[in-house]
Amino acid sequence: MNTESNAVPESSLDARENPPTIERATRPFYWSVRRELWENRAIYIAPLAGAGVFLFAFAISLTRKAHAMQSLMALDAAKQHDAITMPYHLGAGLMMAIALVVGVFYSLEALHGERRDRSILFWKSLPVSDVTTVLSKATIPLVILPLLTVAITAATQFVMLLLSSAVLAAHGLSVSTYWTQVSLLSMSLGLFYHLFTVHVLLHAPFYCWFLLVSAWARRAAFLWAFLPPLAIGVVEKIAFNTQYFADMLGAQLSGGSEAMPMAGQMPIGPGLQITPGNFLLTPGLWIGLALSAAFLAAAVRLRHTREPI
Amino acid sequence: MACIEARGLRKAFGANVALDGVNLRVEEGRILGIIGPNGAGKTTALNAILGLTPYQGELRVLGRDPWTERDRLMRDVCFISDVAVLPRWIRVAQLLEYVAGVHPRFDRPKAEGFLAKTTIHRASKVRELSKGMVAQLHLAVVMAIDARLLVLDEPTLGLDILYRKQFYDSLLNDYYDRSRTIVITTHQVEEIQNVLTDVMFMDRGRIVFGCSMEEFESRYVEVIVNPERVAAARALKPFHERQALGRSVLLFDLKPDSADRRQLSGLGEVRTPSIADLFVAVVGNSTAKSAANPADAPKGVVR
Repeated sequence: MNTESNAVPESSLDARENPPTIERATRPFYWSVRRELWENRAIYIAPLAGAGVFLFAFAISLTRKAHAMQSLMALDAAKQHDAITMPYHLGAGLMMAIALVVGVFYSLEALHGERRDRSILFWKSLPVSDVTTVLSKATIPLVILPLLTVAITAATQFVMLLLSSAVLAAHGLSVSTYWTQVSLLSMSLGLFYHLFTVHVLLHAPFYCWFLLVSAWARRAAFLWAFLPPLAIGVVEKIAFNTQYFADMLGAQLSGGSEAMPMAGQMPIGPGLQITPGNFLLTPGLWIGLALSAAFLAAAVRLRHTREPI
Repeated sequence: MACIEARGLRKAFGANVALDGVNLRVEEGRILGIIGPNGAGKTTALNAILGLTPYQGELRVLGRDPWTERDRLMRDVCFISDVAVLPRWIRVAQLLEYVAGVHPRFDRPKAEGFLAKTTIHRASKVRELSKGMVAQLHLAVVMAIDARLLVLDEPTLGLDILYRKQFYDSLLNDYYDRSRTIVITTHQVEEIQNVLTDVMFMDRGRIVFGCSMEEFESRYVEVIVNPERVAAARALKPFHERQALGRSVLLFDLKPDSADRRQLSGLGEVRTPSIADLFVAVVGNSTAKSAANPADAPKGVVR
């Protein structure tokens, strides 16, 4: 009784032979990333705005303590270095904090928003696979944001250097002493190394977890992302009075003592000891990357099967 | 190769059966209208065809399994649905650029040409456009794609009559060329009666009726009978009867070689029924009868 059938009869007018269809070359991945930048302009506006505000504050501080520069120049080399580079590290720290916040909110929204406004049905009407889509979205926090952070931080620090030089020159102080203390290249390389090892490789499982939650949650993705890890930590603490899970997350987030000998401090001074050998031996790194791959695979699967909210 | 071929297509959402063993074959070059009440399973069937929902049973679209090969299939298939909304944040120019970047068969100059006939600006965001303009934009994008199957799920829902007319006019004049297949669902049945080559009725997850429009016109006859002739007309076994302005409207399913047609013209005004009237007769009958006896299938149903 379930077999009512219906055959639409063959067209009396024979369908003409299809002419060879013209297929243009396409770049689905590239355009999917472009699409993310169109939709989420905060990815570059937030760091740029942060840099602008920071430079504004830095310029004011320069005019206020112009006379203090004199005493600064009289300090011994080590103290002088710390005092001079401190604002540069502060600027880099601010840029990283902004990238972190933008990355977390972006990832939690990435696969949720398109289901909420049902535009996922439009995206799925195009020949772009779920794998391409999910990977292009993972590219934002794991590739685009770190590169933007390095570029914007370097540009900010360059402007800081110019501003400081102008103030020093105006007071007739030695610009060259100042310049020997600030090495833009080593600061940028140090920042790049820190971002790549900690913010990309070690933080990857967090971003991938957020993407997975955004593909899975019907609502309150933010709560689903943060409450289960919190619950695990609390249960472990109360049941066994241990905190391995929290310590593990903490080590992964901070970069761990082995990855970053100067944990808690910006690794962009000349005192930085880069130890990629130790870093590569961290088990947390490999477990994290394996988890990242698993989370992404699950997110791809969910994007395939989940219906719009 | 058939464009769409389904055998025993089933889909249930919990206890609610949306598709109850659908068998379907749509040849290339047809324009098929699927008509059905809300909840009949039309959208679920289309979603299965588009690879948006998993299903049980066999389904091939252009020779592919839509669920596992959606991204490959979408090179040859386009769809517009009243719920498959264009993202509200995107600009018209960005939309064209993106589709050109990911779709190997998108002809951007052609889409620009369609848009030039509208008042849509390149710099506008979708959220700034009226509902009619969004439909025009989506249609312009879809018509510029050299696809083999176009699926339209309530494409003109919420549009005023001018936009609706324009929508189907451009579809027929600028898009349809007999090598493409179009599947449409809509509640505005009257407006697509002249567009279709085939029609199909769905009810409660099943296909309850289907035929080509040529067959529809030769088989079904509606006779408007004055009260004094009703008894004579009823003797010819109409399968549906309704009252309109004090006269009876009787619906007949004529055998191909039947002489009844001449007889009927003597009883009153004879005309081809509208799809909507036949739909009410077939689905209305089936609802009433299956409530009494579910095994009893409605009369006049093509199997």
